[in-house]
Amino acid sequence: MSDAGTLLAPPGTAPAVPGRGASTTVATLEVVGKATVAEDVVALTLADPDGRRLPDWTPGAHIDLVLPSGDTRQYSLCGDRFDPRTYRVAVLRERDGRGGSAYVHDTLRAGDRVGVGGPRNNFPLVPSERYLFVAGGIGITPLLPMVAQAEVLGADWRLLYGGRRRASMAFLDELARHGERVHVMPQDETGLLDLPSFLGEPDPATKVYCCGPGPLLDAMGVACTAWPPTALRTERFVAEQAAPVRSAPFEVELARTGATVTVEPGTSVLEAVGAAGVEVLSSCRQGTCGTCETTVLAGVPDHRDSILDDAERAAGDCMFICVSRAADDRLVLDL
Amino acid sequence: MTSTAAPAHLPTTAADPFAHEALEDPLPLHRELREAGPVVHLERYDVFALARYAEVRAALVDWQDFSSGAGVGLSNFRYEKPWRPPSLLLEADPPRHDAPRRVLSKVLGPRALHRLRERWAADAEALVDEVLDRGEFDAVPHLTEAFPLRVFPDAVGIPQEGRENLLPYGNHAFNAFGPDNDLTRAGAPRVAELSAWVAAQCARDVLAPEGFGADIWAQADRGEITPEQAPLVVRSLLTAGVDTTVHGLSAVLYALATHPAEWERLRAQPALARVAFDEAVRWESPVQTFFRTATRDVAVGGTVIPDGRKILMFLAAANRDPRRWADPDRFDLTRDPSGHVGFGFGIHQCVGQHVARLEAGSLLTALTRRVARIELAGPTTRHHNNTLRAWGSIPVRLVPA
Repeated sequence: MSDAGTLLAPPGTAPAVPGRGASTTVATLEVVGKATVAEDVVALTLADPDGRRLPDWTPGAHIDLVLPSGDTRQYSLCGDRFDPRTYRVAVLRERDGRGGSAYVHDTLRAGDRVGVGGPRNNFPLVPSERYLFVAGGIGITPLLPMVAQAEVLGADWRLLYGGRRRASMAFLDELARHGERVHVMPQDETGLLDLPSFLGEPDPATKVYCCGPGPLLDAMGVACTAWPPTALRTERFVAEQAAPVRSAPFEVELARTGATVTVEPGTSVLEAVGAAGVEVLSSCRQGTCGTCETTVLAGVPDHRDSILDDAERAAGDCMFICVSRAADDRLVLDL
Repeated sequence: MTSTAAPAHLPTTAADPFAHEALEDPLPLHRELREAGPVVHLERYDVFALARYAEVRAALVDWQDFSSGAGVGLSNFRYEKPWRPPSLLLEADPPRHDAPRRVLSKVLGPRALHRLRERWAADAEALVDEVLDRGEFDAVPHLTEAFPLRVFPDAVGIPQEGRENLLPYGNHAFNAFGPDNDLTRAGAPRVAELSAWVAAQCARDVLAPEGFGADIWAQADRGEITPEQAPLVVRSLLTAGVDTTVHGLSAVLYALATHPAEWERLRAQPALARVAFDEAVRWESPVQTFFRTATRDVAVGGTVIPDGRKILMFLAAANRDPRRWADPDRFDLTRDPSGHVGFGFGIHQCVGQHVARLEAGSLLTALTRRVARIELAGPTTRHHNNTLRAWGSIPVRLVPA
């Protein structure tokens, strides 16, 4: 093919993403940058090792980051969505975590590879004339691209950003250009956040976005009781809760065909069943378009797509086999 | 339209892809464009054509450089007033595109379609029984138009009255992406009337309490889109959800009627219905072309397309590019058509593609159960549209199983 520099690999001819380390997901990305952006916070910049486009995302989205240990963590994307070739996430060192964040801080280096699933968005920015953003600590991460978006849209917006102390608050430098729209409130300087005075009177043309620790979200719920029910949108960041990705092969039984296929790490279910002669129609191969939807008859899928919501994931009756895998030893599919 | 001399090394052609000769049989032009180079200047409209798979697919996914917001037809909204309020999906870029797309993807998502599966299978069987009684008939009005018109408006939840307006409205909308030629002008006298009818169907109190339309309004209640956006999102369903499916169904029916061995293969393996439909979408490409607009000076295939200029992507040519497909002109159910660009690609990829596949799957499954052979029963005729590859008439004879 000509002009290879500008081309994407055509599907069907693209090789499987090689498995690196113990586990595999949608894509294997390379850490191309690691920088300390506040006390106990590092920002990682991730890119495709071959410089290809990454799946598109919208503000509020997160990715699953699969560490070489097999541990999976979810992090909000906090970079520039107009840049199709890099993702940025910011990771807070969790003092009492299970070690995923410690690994990112202490061991992971530029040049290392990580597995990435998603992106997925449970916290989308909905259209509004005016936005009030409230961030607590590392909860600034999903709000950072929202602020950029509100600016692009010409919306009226304010950000209230609380943290323990100024040195622990990430991205203050990037937020500085917005001037008085951003209210920086380090607790050791200004005390607890005064939510009622920041929120003001309920306004049907305003949406309120909040991300931060549980007590902040609880306080926001109380502060917004007089607001329209759809005004407040929150994301509770739950540190280190995602289940580890299986690093062992699993079996897929094809109920109609009668065959059983072993899916190795580094191979997608789509590729594995295709190699067994069962071609399943697909398109994006990124878990976004929905073409390869397959009915699950038994077993528990490990959903890695960007399509199903939490309820649909929990139902476990269908999966997108270009990216999703098995949580246990065996899946039975209607193929 | 601004006119800039094309770079000297850029292949150029005087061909008119919207002339009747090209619409009757676009394959020679598509071949000529693919062979001329990765980018070809179309003198007549002063636009840049992409006809090879790699470049078309790269442009489709690159919303940053190839904008939809200035219109996906020849008309450049930077300089010209659109004939109707622009679509919030098709003719929008991120970030404004995000919320309407998210809502419509959800409304047309797996959960909604699972609910329709059984009903549409029964509707398809009933329709196939009806046409079997006819013996010989024109498959376009009686099958490929009849089925979407039977199931889709009900699924959206619009009233019975006036549904005959859906096809003429869609036909004009797709003509209007092309130049102001005889096809576009022919639709002009009814634009005001049809647009008013479609707009009226998008109102909350006109739509049935259950259906895609009501689901879109429910999303507005939840604040996911604004109440001002809701009717335009419903309009997208009514504009893009009927003609395209009709022509997709015509494509697969014609393909199966003229490829009896592939029909036999499908009968033996009804699970191939999904592959059969997508292979027909690849082979025929019901949506032939869409435009984009360069958001900056964009380098493609050794050429720089200047900021603000229109790019014409030939989805149909990409779907038969021998650089990507083995024996591309062959309709072949043993092929894996995955990756075709007949539904587009990237953030604007057809949001209704799964609805179309469910309609096609329902109809093909009913046909494989009831019909032994599909034979052409007379000369076929094409229907010309500036964007769509369509059949006007496919006389067939169905031999019962």
